[in-house]
Order: sequence, then structure tokens, then C-alpha cells
Amino acid sequence: MTKSMTKMYSFWFFLPAGLLYIIFFLVPTFLSFFFSLTIWTLTDWHFTGLDNFRIFLTEPSLSIGFKNSLLYATGTSLLKIIVGFLLAAFLTMKLKTRGFLRSMIFFPNILSPIAVGYIFSSLMHPSKGVINTFLGFIGISGPDWLGDPGMALFSVILVDFWKGVGVAMVILIAGIQAIPAQYYEAVKIDGGNPLHRLRFITLPLSRSSINSVIMLAFIGGIRTFELIWVMTKGGPGFTTDLIASIIYKQFQGGFYGIATAGNVILLIVVSAIAMPMYKLLTRKEIDV
Amino acid sequence: MNKIIVMMSVLLLAAGMVFSAGSAESAASGAAAGKAEKVLWLHFAGDAQQKALDAVVAAFEAETGIDVEFEYRPGSAEGENLVKSRLAANDMPDILSYNSGSLFQVLDPDRNLVNLSEEPYADRLLDSFKSTVSDGNGFYGVPIQPIPAGGIIYNKKIYAGLGLEVPVTWDQFLDNCEVIKKAGTVPVIASYKDDWTAQLLLLADFYNVLADEPDFPEQYTANKAKFATSPSALRGFEKIQEVFVKGYINSEPMATTYDNAIEMLATAQGAHYPMATWILASIAANFPDKIDDIGFFALPGDSADSNGVTLWMPNNISIPKTAANPEGAKKFLEFFVSDAGMKAYMSVGAPDGAFAIKDVPVPAEVFPAVKDVLEYVDANKTAPALEFLSPIKGPNLPQISVQAGLALKTPLECAVEYDRDVEKQAKQLMLQGW
Repeated sequence: MTKSMTKMYSFWFFLPAGLLYIIFFLVPTFLSFFFSLTIWTLTDWHFTGLDNFRIFLTEPSLSIGFKNSLLYATGTSLLKIIVGFLLAAFLTMKLKTRGFLRSMIFFPNILSPIAVGYIFSSLMHPSKGVINTFLGFIGISGPDWLGDPGMALFSVILVDFWKGVGVAMVILIAGIQAIPAQYYEAVKIDGGNPLHRLRFITLPLSRSSINSVIMLAFIGGIRTFELIWVMTKGGPGFTTDLIASIIYKQFQGGFYGIATAGNVILLIVVSAIAMPMYKLLTRKEIDV
Repeated sequence: MNKIIVMMSVLLLAAGMVFSAGSAESAASGAAAGKAEKVLWLHFAGDAQQKALDAVVAAFEAETGIDVEFEYRPGSAEGENLVKSRLAANDMPDILSYNSGSLFQVLDPDRNLVNLSEEPYADRLLDSFKSTVSDGNGFYGVPIQPIPAGGIIYNKKIYAGLGLEVPVTWDQFLDNCEVIKKAGTVPVIASYKDDWTAQLLLLADFYNVLADEPDFPEQYTANKAKFATSPSALRGFEKIQEVFVKGYINSEPMATTYDNAIEMLATAQGAHYPMATWILASIAANFPDKIDDIGFFALPGDSADSNGVTLWMPNNISIPKTAANPEGAKKFLEFFVSDAGMKAYMSVGAPDGAFAIKDVPVPAEVFPAVKDVLEYVDANKTAPALEFLSPIKGPNLPQISVQAGLALKTPLECAVEYDRDVEKQAKQLMLQGW
């Protein structure tokens, strides 16, 4: 039986997908390893060894970039997971307006990040923006959201959170709804209150979806680009530069070799963070 | 290793070739079907001179029957990136607009563009312009705008109202700023949301650098002179910071755009704007009744003896080697710099500067600010900006200038950072000595 099963699908079925994978994923990846070692003008290349990596790693704004990317990824994933979980727990209760609220919260996610960026740039204008006009109305003088070097990154983190919390919520709702009702009944019978149900049933049993959300939000945060580019372009100066925006700037400058080296570094950083994180998180998962 | 790379590149480019073959075929069949001859021109979007260019195009079409069609691309680094990628993919129009000087060198003109040295109009162009679109083998572009001048664009009404005089030293300039500030007007407009505008103060200061260190461009290109170690070059970053520290710039500089700045200057909310004269066409278009209030003076140096203006070189149009209709494009370039072309250019309004073309006189009716510039030109008090004397310009100068302009770092730190930025560009161009 097993033998005939393995023979049922010929190796050739692998070919179309495999070929696409090789041409559009493996070849560019290996080419980028090569070009990261050269001065590259797209038409010409000149081998320079590890010079590009040295230049990229000593780029004055890069230390900011690493710090900011980590801060951004941690900040957005923390916000998304905490608020997303509370929203999911709330919106799996039997509410009349449940569907409406769910779509309201999910809605920002279907907008393009570029559009969101432009909208919030205008909302966050220090004197003419809606946010500060409103704050001024209730007697608070709002900060310069995107112009203050100490504030700008957090403003963008808030916008990313607003935009992305819907996805976190949907994944968590799916996880919570998959929890069998008898566990909750058991808590009820033992005399537990709703808080106990949340703490001892919902939280541990939706662990796997929480992990997915953390992974997705964190990796998304590390390699994020559009929002920061539209809202601050990495400015003022370099204070909100992320790894991805620094790489993009190298491309813009025509330093294709250096930019490719940056991408290789980004690949290594993402894998180095994502793999152990995945192991750590899945260790505590409980099967429902 | 080499072989594998070549093979893989061939594999990847195969798809691209299918596309380019397809477009070549369609162009040929279009001509066979007897359609009008067409020239495609890739130009900057939102060019303030667009009206003048349209007039030249209309005159050209009337004379030759060749259609000129515009295609637009964003300006600054984003657009440069697009042009470089399209060059590499052999996806070029017949005519390409681009900056002259150091940015132009990055296009590798000898490899990618048609050499124009043998064209009949070659002698009509000023040598100072030709040198900025040349390499050892010849020159590749013709100018499409008047020569811009960098310095301080100022509101004459504010100056007249406060009884101020045009400053010839930096200290006098700061004194004027103090008076203007006390009168409740913004002395210096900072539009750092469009960060490219932040570097103008430094770039326009180059006349003063050159007066101090005449061999700075050569030494700088040869990796011997640095912004951080040359006191006069460092002054640029210091000046950007000084106007901030003394409280002379507007509030919310990070929310102020180039367009906001134009409005502030024209409506006398701000007195000075460090900028180049390409701004005049925009002021004239948006505030036609205010353009006569606008004047120009050179960025003041530390000594009254050397007071002159830093000149940019006009943007140019060139013909990519892969153009589908190079002959049509050549005809257009020739027409553009001819007397008929220049006449059409000036038919929509007075130019905002002198042309880099010989024997094209500037009409008497020009904006007052242009008259201010021409006074420096007639007195021979001009010098080209650094990017037209050296092939290297660091791409991060806008952001580094913003850092100086908001005092996020000291001028010296900014200069050191910029020197590193320049090093990358020099290495990319594989210059000697880096």
C-alpha cells in the first residue's frame, strides 16, 4: 500500500513548481550572495571581496537602523498581540454588533500602506493636522508627531499597530473559536469566573495562534518599509531609518553591490532572530 | 564560477529580450504602416519649465512633422534609480532628461549615450556647460533650461519695509536676520520635509570655498581634501546649523515642503530662502503678482572681498544608444538649441537666467531676481557648484544637511559623515586614489 502510494505521483509533478522556485528564488538568492561581493552597476561588476559588508556595517546610520528595526518590530508585535488578544477575546463573546466591530477593526488592513502613510502624515501635521487640532481643542498642545526626532518612530509604530491589529485579531479569533466548549464548561462547574476562563483556558489554548501572530508581526516589523518611507523617509536626518530603508537608500544611490550586501545581512538577521524565536515559542505550545 | 554567472544571467535576461524584441518589432511595423514619426522623451514630472518645453515641442512638430511624446518620471533619487534600472534593462526612450555634472557621470555616458561631438551645433554650447556632460571621448547632452544660480532668494518688500541692505558678509546676513526676527517675520525659511532643499545653503556656499581654496575640487576628487578637514568647506554645515541655533528658521521645519516655502516667501511670511533660481518659474506661475517682490543675492561669505554667486549647470537632454528613433531625436536636439528653438522657448515668458548657448541674448524683460543674478555674471563673480567640478557627490547629503539644520549632530560630525558618504560614491565610480 505505502509503496504504491509513493509511486502514484511521479517526480515530474514536482517540476513546474520546482522550476519556478529555482528560477525565481534560489537563483536570485545565490546571485545576490555573489553580487554582494562586487561593485555592481547592473551592467558591470568588479570583484571587491568583503568591502561592501565593511562599508554597510560601518555606515553611520546603520547602528540606528538595527536599533530602530528591533524597536519597531518589538513595539508593533507587542501592541498587536496584547490589544489583538483582548479584542479577540471580547469579540468572540455573544455580542449583537460583533460582525460590525470585527470588520471595523479589520478594515484598515485592506488599505495600502502607502495610502495609510499619506493619510496619517496629513493627520499628524503639527499645526494643521486633525489630531493636534483636536488635542488643542481639549487644551493639550500636541507634539510634532513626525518632526520630533524622539517621537517620530513611535508615531509610525502607532500607525502600523492601527493598521495591523486587525489581522492579529482575526488569527486569534480563529484560535479562540477552535477551543472546545467543554473546557469552559469545566471551569464553570469548578466555579471559575470569566477572568479564570480567560487566564486558564483561552490564553494557554490559543498559544499556537498567539505564536503565529508574534512571528508574523515581528518578521513583518523587522523588514517593514512602506510606512516609514512614506511618513518620514527615515528622517529627521537618519533618526527613523530602518534596515530596509537604509538598503533602499543604497539602491537609490546606485550602490547596487552595497545594497545587495545589506539584503544578505538582513536575510541573516531575520533568520537568526526568527529561528530561535520559533523554537522558543513552539516549545510551550499545547495541542487542543 | 564566471561561467555559471554568465549562464544564469543569460537565463534571467532571456525574458527581458523577448520583451525588447517585441517592442522593436512593433516600432518597425508602426513605421511601415505609414504612421507619423515619433520621438519619445523621458522627462522630470512637474518641471516648472514645462510650458516652455511644450512650446519648443509644438514648434518642432510644426516644422518637421515628427511627433514628440512625453513620458514622466519622478525627480531626485527615486527618478535617478528608475533611469539607472531602465538603462540596465535597455528600456530607454529616444530622449532622456537628466542632471548635468556628477550625477550625469553615474550614467556611464560613453557606454549608454550617443556622442554628440560631431553634431553641427557642438560649437554653439558653452564649454563650461559641455564639460559637465562630457567624458574623455566627447560630450553627450544639450541644455534644456537657463543656467540656475544658487544663493539667497529674498523678499524685497520685507527688506524695503525694514530699511535693510543686501548683505555681503555672513555676519551682516545674521544681523539682517536679527532685525527681521524682531519684526515678527521668519528670517530664513527651512523646508526640511523636502530634504533636498536643506543642502542648498551648503551647495550655494561653494563660491566662498573656492575663493579660499582654489584647488579644493581637484584635491577632493583625489581623496586629499575633505569637508571635515577643510575649514571653508566645513563652514557650509556650520551655516546651516547657525540659522537654527539662533532661532532664525520657521517652526515646524519637518512639516514644511518646498511648495510651502514658495508660498511663505511670496506672501512675505518668510524673508530669505536658500535656494537656486529654478524656484522663480514656480513663484511666477503660482503668485504672478508677487514675482516682482522677489530678489536674489549671493550667499555671503566671511569676507566682503569675495562675494559671488555659485552657478549650477542646466539639466540636459541626451540620446540613449538603444533609442528606437535616434535620427528623430538628433533632429530634436539640434532644433532645441537653434535660434528657432530658443525663440519658441522664450515665447511663453522671459527665461529665469542666461542660456548655456552662445549668441542667445537674455531679453531685457526678465524677473528682478534674474537681473540681480546677471549683475554678478556681468561682473564675472561666478563659480560652478562643486558637483560640476568633481564627479563625486554623496547621495545622503540631504539627510546629513537636515541633521545639521536641526542640530541633531555637530557640523563636524556631519562633515565626517558626509566624507564617508562621498567615499562610497568614489569607490562605485572606481576613481584613482580611493
